[in-house]
Amino acid sequence: MWKWLHPYANPEVTYHFTSKLLPWLSALAAIFLSIGLVWALLFAPADYQQGHSFRIFYIHVPAASLSMGIYFGMAIAAFCSLVWQFKLADASAAALAPIGAVFTAIALITGAAWGKPMWGTWWIWDARLTSELILLFLYLGVIALHSAFEDKNLAGKAAGILTLVGVINIPIIKYSVDWWNTLHQGSTVSKLGKPSMSLDMLWPFIICFIGFSLLVGVIACLRFRNEILARNSIRPWVRELVSQKLNNDH
Amino acid sequence: MTLNSHNSATTFENADIMITQRKKLSYRHAFMLVLKRDLTIAMRHRDDIINPLLFFVIVITLFPLGIGPEAQTLSRIAPGIIWVAALLATLLSLDRLFKSDHHDGSLEQMLLSPHPIFVLVLAKIFAHWLITGLPLIFIAPLLAVLLHLNEQSYGALMLTLLLGTPVLSLLGAIGVALTVGIKKGGVLLSLLVLPLYIPVLIFATSAIDTAALGLPYSGQLAIIAALFFGSLTLAPFAVGAALKVSTN
Repeated sequence: MWKWLHPYANPEVTYHFTSKLLPWLSALAAIFLSIGLVWALLFAPADYQQGHSFRIFYIHVPAASLSMGIYFGMAIAAFCSLVWQFKLADASAAALAPIGAVFTAIALITGAAWGKPMWGTWWIWDARLTSELILLFLYLGVIALHSAFEDKNLAGKAAGILTLVGVINIPIIKYSVDWWNTLHQGSTVSKLGKPSMSLDMLWPFIICFIGFSLLVGVIACLRFRNEILARNSIRPWVRELVSQKLNNDH
Repeated sequence: MTLNSHNSATTFENADIMITQRKKLSYRHAFMLVLKRDLTIAMRHRDDIINPLLFFVIVITLFPLGIGPEAQTLSRIAPGIIWVAALLATLLSLDRLFKSDHHDGSLEQMLLSPHPIFVLVLAKIFAHWLITGLPLIFIAPLLAVLLHLNEQSYGALMLTLLLGTPVLSLLGAIGVALTVGIKKGGVLLSLLVLPLYIPVLIFATSAIDTAALGLPYSGQLAIIAALFFGSLTLAPFAVGAALKVSTN
């Protein structure tokens, strides 16, 4: 049943597969993002309470949910690599970590920029903001651990264990931060009560969301290819590839 | 005739030795051996026990100096200060958990031994807690006096420390196991471990605050206990896997 998957354990096959996949993903990401962002930033109606500053929502929310989604993707890759010893799963987890960290940072920064006009301050110890900040710390920990090892295979395994420990802890941290906030809340800043969105706001959001997801796919593909090449740099097929590339350039 | 009886005596002795060897393989015996060994080593390097405690005391004395001596402010922030200082003191002492064993090679011998890593790791973590966690619990009320902690909160402070510091040791062990093979693991360790400590910190300080209001805090204690049992059952597996990676 899983036999069709077997060839992709070979780095060379996967590398060539991603080269075929990449143009399609890039084109789709470009189309969705350009349509979605233009629609969202120029044509979607402004919010009746928040005015135009509401438009940052179209970047903030996809970044925030993707930041969590990428962590789970990393955890799945780490699990596969620890249980079935897939070397490529390590490479994909290593490729995903910095993307996730950047998306978390984007979510935090856009959130701060949104919070300034809405709540009057850049930062509030709101439960969601806090858990997003902690998620950023978890990402940075994984990246730091990964770069601390010289041997990339060991680095992948160590970072994988940390990712799995993190993924067990994320719900606990999220829950405890929610609890903490309800106890300590001095000034009642309600979370942005999300009214059911009207359709002409929802559609550009969905398109933006798909666009950003595809963008993650594109960057992940690029980084994954680099990881494969870096890890297999002594293999003949990589050398052949490089020499071909050099010949074409000259 | 005499030769024969002599022979049979030696075989009996051999059988005795074999039985004792088989007894040595029992989990409890392995656990006690590692525990005793770690405690003996710690007793011979008393600085390692005393220094984190001194750090704990000094950090806590710094806060009133930085914030001001008003009793009301201090008693308001006392739970947080004591717990954050406890986190940092544990973090400082964590390095010792596997590092020296890794240097002299005994860690690899432990991993190669026929006993399950789970038991050995648990024994080492328990020893670490006895050396660093337990003294913190004894010294904490004294520091709570310095910080004018509300009198009703002392019980909560002790109970949260009793349940919470083992969690710190267990989770910290994962971080140490991951970084033991790295040369500059110290700073990295704090980056890896501190985010995982957040739930303990939140529930412990909230229990102490609740106790100060005279309300029941059994809910928070139950959650810390749940964190304790959860990490007790899961953390040694992660530590074992991490040690296998680190020692390669």
